[in-house]
Amino acid sequence: MFSTQQSCWFTRKVICWRAAASNAWAVLLLPPITAVFLITSRFSLFRPIQTISECLSLLTSASAIFCFILLCGVILMSGFLNLEYYTVIPNIACSKIALLGQLLHPRQFVSFLVHSIMGIIVAWCCAITIGDRYETLAYPCTQSDGSSRMCLNEFHVVLVLAGGFVGFSHSLLSVIYNINYVSFSAVQQYKYLRFKGSLSLVVKCSASQALYSIRNYIVVYFFLGHIPKAWMCKTLNLHLSSSAHPLDSITGLLDLYLLYHLWISATFLLFIWYITLLLFRIFITEAYSFPVQSTFTEDSQQCLPKVLPEKQPVVLKFLALQDLALLSQHSPSRRSEVFSLSQPGGHAHNWNAISKECLALLNELTQRLVAHHDTVATNGRAKSLSTGSERRTSSETSVTSEDLMSPRPTVLTKTPASVFARSIVGGQQSPLTAPFTPDLDSPFASPALRRLTAPVEQCSPWHGTVQSPHVMRRGPKLWSTSTDSQVNGSPTASPGLVPSPKQESAKPSFLAQFLHNRKEQVKQFLAKRVLIMYLFNKLPEASSQALFADSQAHIWALEGLSYLVQASFSEDQFGVVQTTLPSILSSMLFLQEAVDRYFKLPHASSKPSRSTIGMGDSSYKTLRFALRATLKTALYRITTTFGDHLKAVQMSADHRKRLQQFLEYKE
Amino acid sequence: MCSLALFPPPLPSGQTTLCESNNELLPGTSTDDRLKQDSSPLSLYFPREFLKLHSRSESNSGSKAAFLDHSETLWMRSAAAWRDRGFTGLLNEIINSDKEVPKWLSVSSGCILALLQRVSSFHSSLFPHLTLSCEDMITEFSQVLNWSDCVVRAFAWHPHTDKFAVALLDDSIKIYNPKSVTTPTLKHRLQRSVAAVQWKPLCASALAVACQNCLLVWHVDPCSLSTRPSSGCAQVLSHAGHSPVTFIAWSPSGSFLVSASPVDTSMMVWDVAAESCVPLQRVGGGGVTFLSWSPDGSRVLASTPSALFRVWETKMWTCERWPSVKGRCQSGCWSPDGSRLLFTVQGESVIYVLTFTDTQGLVGIPASTSTGPQMATVVADLSETTFNTPDGDIIVGGEIQSLAWDPRGERLAVLLKGDLQEAGRPAVIAVFKTKNSPIFELLPCGFVQGEPSAEPRLMQFHPNFQHGALLTVCWSTGRITHVPFYFLSAGIPRFGLGGSLSLPPALEKPDDFANQSLFTELIS
Repeated sequence: MFSTQQSCWFTRKVICWRAAASNAWAVLLLPPITAVFLITSRFSLFRPIQTISECLSLLTSASAIFCFILLCGVILMSGFLNLEYYTVIPNIACSKIALLGQLLHPRQFVSFLVHSIMGIIVAWCCAITIGDRYETLAYPCTQSDGSSRMCLNEFHVVLVLAGGFVGFSHSLLSVIYNINYVSFSAVQQYKYLRFKGSLSLVVKCSASQALYSIRNYIVVYFFLGHIPKAWMCKTLNLHLSSSAHPLDSITGLLDLYLLYHLWISATFLLFIWYITLLLFRIFITEAYSFPVQSTFTEDSQQCLPKVLPEKQPVVLKFLALQDLALLSQHSPSRRSEVFSLSQPGGHAHNWNAISKECLALLNELTQRLVAHHDTVATNGRAKSLSTGSERRTSSETSVTSEDLMSPRPTVLTKTPASVFARSIVGGQQSPLTAPFTPDLDSPFASPALRRLTAPVEQCSPWHGTVQSPHVMRRGPKLWSTSTDSQVNGSPTASPGLVPSPKQESAKPSFLAQFLHNRKEQVKQFLAKRVLIMYLFNKLPEASSQALFADSQAHIWALEGLSYLVQASFSEDQFGVVQTTLPSILSSMLFLQEAVDRYFKLPHASSKPSRSTIGMGDSSYKTLRFALRATLKTALYRITTTFGDHLKAVQMSADHRKRLQQFLEYKE
Repeated sequence: MCSLALFPPPLPSGQTTLCESNNELLPGTSTDDRLKQDSSPLSLYFPREFLKLHSRSESNSGSKAAFLDHSETLWMRSAAAWRDRGFTGLLNEIINSDKEVPKWLSVSSGCILALLQRVSSFHSSLFPHLTLSCEDMITEFSQVLNWSDCVVRAFAWHPHTDKFAVALLDDSIKIYNPKSVTTPTLKHRLQRSVAAVQWKPLCASALAVACQNCLLVWHVDPCSLSTRPSSGCAQVLSHAGHSPVTFIAWSPSGSFLVSASPVDTSMMVWDVAAESCVPLQRVGGGGVTFLSWSPDGSRVLASTPSALFRVWETKMWTCERWPSVKGRCQSGCWSPDGSRLLFTVQGESVIYVLTFTDTQGLVGIPASTSTGPQMATVVADLSETTFNTPDGDIIVGGEIQSLAWDPRGERLAVLLKGDLQEAGRPAVIAVFKTKNSPIFELLPCGFVQGEPSAEPRLMQFHPNFQHGALLTVCWSTGRITHVPFYFLSAGIPRFGLGGSLSLPPALEKPDDFANQSLFTELIS
């Protein structure tokens, strides 16, 4: 398979370079950021000139350069984490327990740890640069009895621990707010302008988040501050100064200067992370222009028609689809290459490959929506007969059980995120991108169900570690307590070393049947418990978002197809588009039908609440609306262009009727 | 150069322009015109008296003071002042209640207030329009003549069908469709001071409305029989600091909506379905007042309140700056192929043209900067010209309020401001015949006039009129009339299902361009 080879060239040649460039820019921006931080942290209103000269001399000192090297290391590390954790398909938790599972995932655990350490390092650098009373951990002090000893400098401890706390809370929030999700902007702009445009947002976000984190930190330190203090005194053989005021008291923490320095250091810490993240996002989502066809055979693997069906790095597929949408809108010369025929033979290979892939994407979404609708409908009927009150809780359960009972492997493989399933599962890039399709990802998902989908993942060596881990852990928890040790143990394990799923997937099916029956009993028992219900209750909004999580790809496919079809009216010399026009129209109309039906479901058309200001990109929340609008516009684009000529296109009566509605502008 | 002196003289009082046929504008007396108009389903009349004007509750401090209970504590009053009028309000409250607060606080807040006022007066001396009130600002920058007094404040044809939306003085919007008996009325709590409405292209239902504090996008189901769509059908798009919105423009592909506000230096590009926006900010200008998207979607004209306008190219959203000498760019319009931009400048009575040569999209060059022209050329001089008519001298010409070019690029309508106070200097619509290819030509056609007391306020061409061009004019009396221009199009046939109006096709014969003097690119 060349998929691995393909991903190699793209990751090697493009993604890595983009990540490296973004990191380099972040490092280049570090000196001015540090200088601004230094000036704001040491500024005194009454001696402005003295402050500035002090800062300048400090910036050139040896300790500053050492700090600077440390900060560069932090930036590189966070850049590496960005590259490792970023995802173009958001990771949406459909229930509270799924979110908990995400938080307790070993990979996240590593992220927490690394971020805390980085926070401590940055805070230490801040302590050094602010100087004054924060500079050292220990200082000589005279005790009440007159003897001189080394005492613990609590200001230093507070500041450094604050860094660790802010780092921890940042990585915690980054899971909850999907900070690793990279969205593609609909408006293309040059990188510098995008950066300039988002800079104020970054400042605002880091300042406000720093404020909240420091508030929480102060509360935590007030209650728990004596623990690290005592520990440090014991291990480093230091003493607590009796003359100094303890800082884990109300009067100690109400020191305005201390609060200001804590806040400014936290802002600095978050700012350099956010700047790195922002640069990474800007660089990674920059449009990449794939050649439509190449004269050299060695480059042919990098051409758009070859790259589009690739599933390996999801970002490659996304960039290819984005490029398709852009070329179909803006560049007639590249469009003409799409419509061209192959030189010997005269086949429209380019167009066929592109349209086939786009149609496959659309059909896959249609099937996903139809399956979702079916499960919701059947589920509703089945449950309304028995216990109405428990219906919502266990809806997902019955989904999976019905899927189990009636063998529908075709639906299963197609329904939940089949396009990206392999890529995500196998992707070294983005192991966290496991799609949270509402059906597969139920907390009650049984091993047997996973066994059904297992063949898809078999090819990947990573499948054990990366298939959405909370499923693994939550699964056993609900129907057998014997595996609980595994549950508790797994978070501490390093990401590469989670062995459990593989064993599970090897279990024979009669056991699965047995487990299934057990599960039903356990489920009915558990459904009566309020806490369990709270945890497992599926969030309707989140499952809608999860269903359309990768819809950006569909939006581009729709745009690309419709613009190409529109352009073909005047530009397609050989009529290559005409041959596929019926299938394009029928795919779009099927999708339109499915989307219409989906939006009639409760909760589907309610708008999600607008997110507050934050670095987490919430554009995935509205993808379903964007898809619906794009689909309609795409259909109108085709009908407006072709007008009455469409009556000559072969299609079913239903579709003809529907199309007539579009022709009369009545949709 | 085309000038008004070459125009046929205006019609005598009492006659109105009916249509253009056989290359001349046909007059009609107002009585038979009225009969004809009233029989047509699309001609509307909104008498001012019939509109229920709600009393506008302006945040007037005078009326506030009459109701405010002054026995409230200082804290309560300060909080209320902070909530209602912001920081300056708070400072004012502290200064006013100097008996209750410590002396140092009132003195220091007085100092801060003075400082703030200095800064803001300096800021507004740079951009004087910032001192205007909301209504005045819309009136100043709107394409509608004398907007605050208009019965019909905004008008928009649907780009594909024969329906249109009318925004009225009472902040309601009505949608008229000749094929349907229902006329939905759109009302929303936030729909105040409607400055512009526009239908989304490639969509049957979405109507964007520029309001005082936000943008509304209505989704009016064309098959629905409801006459009062609920406010749940409207999406509210707002962005801090982006109000009042004075102009909106959909991209011709229907994917983006751009909005402009004179107080916000950034132009917003909205992805309406996702309700997200990208601010495009450039230094200079102090705001954005008018937007016009070229019909091919490749460029956007954005004018600012100062003597500067920008032309954005929409592939990478970069812009060219066009400083003009005299005043701000008041209005502009694009030729159908997007290669020519006609614009007018406030304080001048000429029309300029910019010609763009398209070099984008050549072999693999990503995002070449749009290579525009080096200079704008004057194509028409509309300075004041006196016509001797039986009713006395009529002076026509002067400043230009707005431009409209018909979708085939064959008729150009120019709304001349005139002078509202002085008699004999009415606001009129001058119509030019234009030709775009192979060379740009401009020659006079005539004046469009209405009833004696009515002055044109707003005009728009029908986007797909089969027999030529159809100019819709909203008059100060509240009447909306349609003036058809029947001609055989020399341009490219338009695709798609054009709606056809039930208007009699006249004798069509090709325009003879044998008129005397005309503007062509060859001469100038």
